[in-house]
Amino acid sequence: MSVTRIEKKFAALKSEGRSALITFTTAGDPNYKTALDILKGLPAAGADIIELGMPFSDPMADGPAIQAASIRALHAGMTTQKTLRMVEEFRKIDQETPIILMGYYNPIYIYGVDAFLKDALDAGVDGLIIVDLPPEEDVELAIPAKKVGMGCIHLATPTTDQVRLGHILKNASGFLYYVSIAGITGTKEPDLGPVKEAVKMIRQHTNLPIAIGFGIKTPEMAKAFAEFSDAVVVGSAIVSIIADNMDQEGLAKSALKSKVLNFVKTLSLGVHKAK
Amino acid sequence: MSHQKNTLRSGPDSNGRFGIFGGRFVSETLMPLILDLEKAYQASKNDGAFKAEFEGLLTDFVGRPSPLYYAERLTEYLNGAKIYFKREELNHTGAHKINNCIGQILLARRMGKTRIIAETGAGQHGVATATVCAKFGLKCVIYMGAKDIERQKPNVFRMKLLGAKVRPVTCGSESLKDAMNEAMRDWVAHVEDTFYIIGTAAGPHPYPELVRDFQSVIGHETRLQIMEKEGRLPDSLVACVGGGSNAIGLFHPFLDDDIDMYGIEAAGHGINTDKHAASLTGGKPGVLHGNRTYLLMDEDGQIIEAHSISAGLDYPGIGPEHSWLHDIKRVKYVPITDQEALEAFKVCTKYEGIIPALESAHAIAYVMKLAPTLPKDHIMVMNLSGRGDKDIDTVAKAIGTEI
Repeated sequence: MSVTRIEKKFAALKSEGRSALITFTTAGDPNYKTALDILKGLPAAGADIIELGMPFSDPMADGPAIQAASIRALHAGMTTQKTLRMVEEFRKIDQETPIILMGYYNPIYIYGVDAFLKDALDAGVDGLIIVDLPPEEDVELAIPAKKVGMGCIHLATPTTDQVRLGHILKNASGFLYYVSIAGITGTKEPDLGPVKEAVKMIRQHTNLPIAIGFGIKTPEMAKAFAEFSDAVVVGSAIVSIIADNMDQEGLAKSALKSKVLNFVKTLSLGVHKAK
Repeated sequence: MSHQKNTLRSGPDSNGRFGIFGGRFVSETLMPLILDLEKAYQASKNDGAFKAEFEGLLTDFVGRPSPLYYAERLTEYLNGAKIYFKREELNHTGAHKINNCIGQILLARRMGKTRIIAETGAGQHGVATATVCAKFGLKCVIYMGAKDIERQKPNVFRMKLLGAKVRPVTCGSESLKDAMNEAMRDWVAHVEDTFYIIGTAAGPHPYPELVRDFQSVIGHETRLQIMEKEGRLPDSLVACVGGGSNAIGLFHPFLDDDIDMYGIEAAGHGINTDKHAASLTGGKPGVLHGNRTYLLMDEDGQIIEAHSISAGLDYPGIGPEHSWLHDIKRVKYVPITDQEALEAFKVCTKYEGIIPALESAHAIAYVMKLAPTLPKDHIMVMNLSGRGDKDIDTVAKAIGTEI
C-alpha cells in the first residue's frame, strides 16, 4: 500500500505545525439526508479527520448523547450498508479527508468481516475504531484489516500500563486513540495533567500520531488538549447540537446543519490556536 | 479448540472460548480488570481457604445442600418417567442465584473492591447480590430496566431494604439487556473500586466459567443425592435457560456421562412470532455483552428486544457454553411458550404444593411433554431453580384474576 490518506493528513498537519480536529457524528443522525449534508460540510468547517459512528442498538461504551444519536439513526432506518453508501457519496466531493468508522463489532460480524472490509475500502473508508475489540480479539478484525490495508485504530486508556500498551500497539495503525477518562463518551471531563503524562508515556513506545478523545466539549478544551497531542476528538458535544435542533415530530429544524457546522468552526479555531 | 480428549468439561480454552463462542469483547478500559479477575479466580481455585469459606457460606447462609425431591404426584399424573426436583427454590433468597453471588463477592473481597454493581431482570439476581452485599457490608448498586421495575415491585422493595440503590434503566427496551449495558457503563466509570457481579453464565471471559463453576454445586449435589436415592445416575436432566446459569450448573458435572439434557428456552408468544426469547432456536451467533453467542437480532446485526412472561428469561442472548453445547448437539434446546409455562405453573402448584418461578415453570412444561413418552424406570431430574412468590401478580394478570 502506498501512503494512506491518514498518513498524508498527519504529514500535512505536521508541516503546518498543528494538531488535527477530529469530529464525531453518527451516520444517519437524525436521518440519512441531513447527516450526509453535515458530513459534506465538515471539512470546510475545519474537521481535519472525520469519525463517523455506525449506529448500534447497544452502544455500551457511549454516554446518553451518543446513545440517543444511535437510536435516532436506527429509527430513521440506518444500516451498515447505508453508512458505507454515505461514505461513498462523500468521497465524490472529497478525496482528502480521512474517514474513520467507529462502532461496535456485531454489525460488522453479521455483515461478514471480509465483505465488510472490501466494501468499506471501496467506499473510501480509511480506518476503523471498534470499541468492543481489545487486542486480545485482534484476530477477529484488526489482523484481517491490516492485510487489506484498512487502518485499525486501537484505543489506550487510563487503565493501560506499559505491558498492555505493547499488546495494543502490535496491530495498531493510522493513529492511536487515547481515551482520556475511565468512563463512557461525553460524561466526565478529563484532567489535563494525567492525560499529558499518559501521552508522554505512550510517545516513548510509538511513532503513531496520538489523538485524545472522550469528554472534550469546548473550543477551549480542544485547544488545551491539542497543545500536546496530534489530534483531539469531539463527539458528544456536536451530537448534542443535533439533539437540541429537532422539532417535536423528530424532524431536523432548518438551522440544524449550520448550527453544527458553526460549532465545528469554533472547535477548529480552538485547535488552530494551540502550539 | 484445546479441549482435552474425551471430555466436554475442560472449556473454556485460554482465550475464553468454547468452540467459536465466548471471548473477551469489551472496551480496552475494562481489559485490565477482566485479566485481574481471571488471575484472582485462578488463584482461588487452588486456595483451600477460599473453598472452605465458599462452602461454609453455602451451608450456613444459603442452606445447602438443597434437597433432591421425588415429585411423586406429578410423576403419577404424567404417568411416565420418575421425576425429581432439585429444590434450588429453597435456597436463601428463593433461587439458585445466590450460589454465584457468594462466590463472586468472595472474589471481590479478595481483590479489595468496595463497591458492587449488578444487573437484574426479574430481580432475583439483584436481591441475591443485595443480600450478599448486606452480609459483607459493601456498597451495592443494582441496574434494572424501568419495565422490569414495574413488573417486579416486591423484589425492588427487597433490594432497597437490603441497602442497595436500585437504578432504573430507561434506555432501549428497558429490560435485562439494557440493564446490562448500563452496568457495564458504570463499571468502566468506576474501575478502581468496583466489582461487577454478573448474574448469569455469560459476559466476557472469565465470567461464563466462574459463574458455571459456582453454580456447579447444583450438579455435584444432584450426583451424590441421586446415587443415594436410586443407586444410579439419572437418564435425563431438564432446566430452563435465559442466560443459562441454573442449567449449566446442573448439566456441567454430568456432561461426560451418558445422560440426555434439555435446556428450555422461553418461546414467549411462539418462536414464529416476533415476541420470544429463544436465542438458540430463533437467533444466530453474534457478539454482545463481551461474548460471542447466539443472539436475537435483525439482518443488520441490531439486537432485538426479547419477550417472555418471565422477566428472568427475557434476554436476547444466552451463555456461550450453551451455544457451544447446542452446536455440538450435546444438549437439546427446546422452546416453551408463555401459555405452556403458565399451565405448568398451575399444575406444579396444585399437584406438588410448590409454587415455581415462571422461569422454572418453563422447565416443568417440558417435563410435562417429555415424561409421559418415557418408561417408568426413566429417571429425570429437573432444576426447580426458583420459587414463584415474586410472580403471583404476573400470573394473576395473565389468567385474568384480581388479587
